[in-house]
Amino acid sequence: MPRVVFSSHITRHVPVPDADVEAATLREALEAVFARHAAARGYVLDEQGHLRKHVVVFIDGARVRGRETLEDPVSGAREIHVLQALTGG
Amino acid sequence: MKPQALVATRKGLFPLYDEGGAWRLGAPVFLGDPVTMVLSDMRDATLYAALNLGHFGVKLRRSRDAGASWQEVAAPTYPPQEEAPPGDKTPWKLIQIWSLETGGADEAAGTLWAGTIPGGLFRSEDGGDSWRLVRSLWDRGERAEWFGGGYDHPGIHSILVDPRASASVLVAISCGGVWRTRDRGASWSLAGQGLRAAYMPPERRDDPNIQDPHRVVQCRAAPEVLWTQHHSSIYRSSDGGAQWREVEGQALSRFGFAVAVHPQDPDTAWFAPAAKDECRVPVDARLAVTRTHDGGRSFETLRAGLPQEDCYDLVYRHGLDVDAGGTRLLMGSTTGGLWASRDGGSSWQALARHLPPIACVRFV
Repeated sequence: MPRVVFSSHITRHVPVPDADVEAATLREALEAVFARHAAARGYVLDEQGHLRKHVVVFIDGARVRGRETLEDPVSGAREIHVLQALTGG
Repeated sequence: MKPQALVATRKGLFPLYDEGGAWRLGAPVFLGDPVTMVLSDMRDATLYAALNLGHFGVKLRRSRDAGASWQEVAAPTYPPQEEAPPGDKTPWKLIQIWSLETGGADEAAGTLWAGTIPGGLFRSEDGGDSWRLVRSLWDRGERAEWFGGGYDHPGIHSILVDPRASASVLVAISCGGVWRTRDRGASWSLAGQGLRAAYMPPERRDDPNIQDPHRVVQCRAAPEVLWTQHHSSIYRSSDGGAQWREVEGQALSRFGFAVAVHPQDPDTAWFAPAAKDECRVPVDARLAVTRTHDGGRSFETLRAGLPQEDCYDLVYRHGLDVDAGGTRLLMGSTTGGLWASRDGGSSWQALARHLPPIACVRFV
């Protein structure tokens, strides 16, 4: 059961504690979190359901590949980190 | 205490208090976060601030206590992306809230318009709790010809609600010209005859659909009179935006982004010129405001109180505003300079020299 961990850059705006979720794909994992913390959705995904352009997700240290599909498997994963890409100034 | 003006910057929102004839800059809110637009709705004493969080998207915050506390409300969202014409790469994703206006005095409090990048106009009837994309404009085939001006995608930066009849609204798009509705957004027509895009190939220069009106403003007492600081020059309309005429007067420069019009006198307007398209800095590195009192037949160059050497401040689209009485002005630059005038622009006082880049100054 992977644990979803959100960067403090996100939790500064919207409270979303780390959560252990039952999920086969990244989308299922995120949806499980959003079901409890609906306000977090718009900070991570855009209105088309894609990862926001400057949000990056790592599954056990590997950068997510399906930024639009969110179909990367997570069933055997330990940790999913949701954080900001290093952009801006 | 309610601020009398708001300054939206790249690193937060600063309230301004006019106390006994002197402006005081208050403590910022949203410190560290880019604020792109602000709005005051007098009908229900509500403030709005649009944020563009670099990583986490566009957010809208609302205050019902004069800015003491803010709550997050819904930001406009685009509907599921539909198949676009070949070559149209416009994402159906909110990139920035570039303009916010209230509905008319004859509409209920909480009726709002939002203009966005990549070119969608949105309407809320519940104070920002929900938004609806105005499909009648978004679905126009002409949109495929619009293009970005300063951004990767086109955007609506000016929304003018006719104070006499709120069903009449004009929006201006960089770069997509000037569009009008007479039926509260049910249908739209392309206006802007007479605008001329010097930056386009000759056969397209007069095409109203590709014009880049950097900013359009409307005289409150004479709403048929509009002014635009266009990419190529300064124009005035006296028929609500259908026909435009380039001004005759010799201004210091006809390039710039900002324009403000006197709320009672349709012949008086202010501009914040830059040298030229290819060099967007003050003429001779000396900051100036230009003013006309005669509808653009002549211009004064106003410098008192503004930096007159080594100045490279640029005033962007929403960086110049005039109050409801037509005497107090505020001007903010993209290098964080903030100035105020109490005499209709004749003289200025620096309020701050080192703010973050200023996107918008607005009396509230």
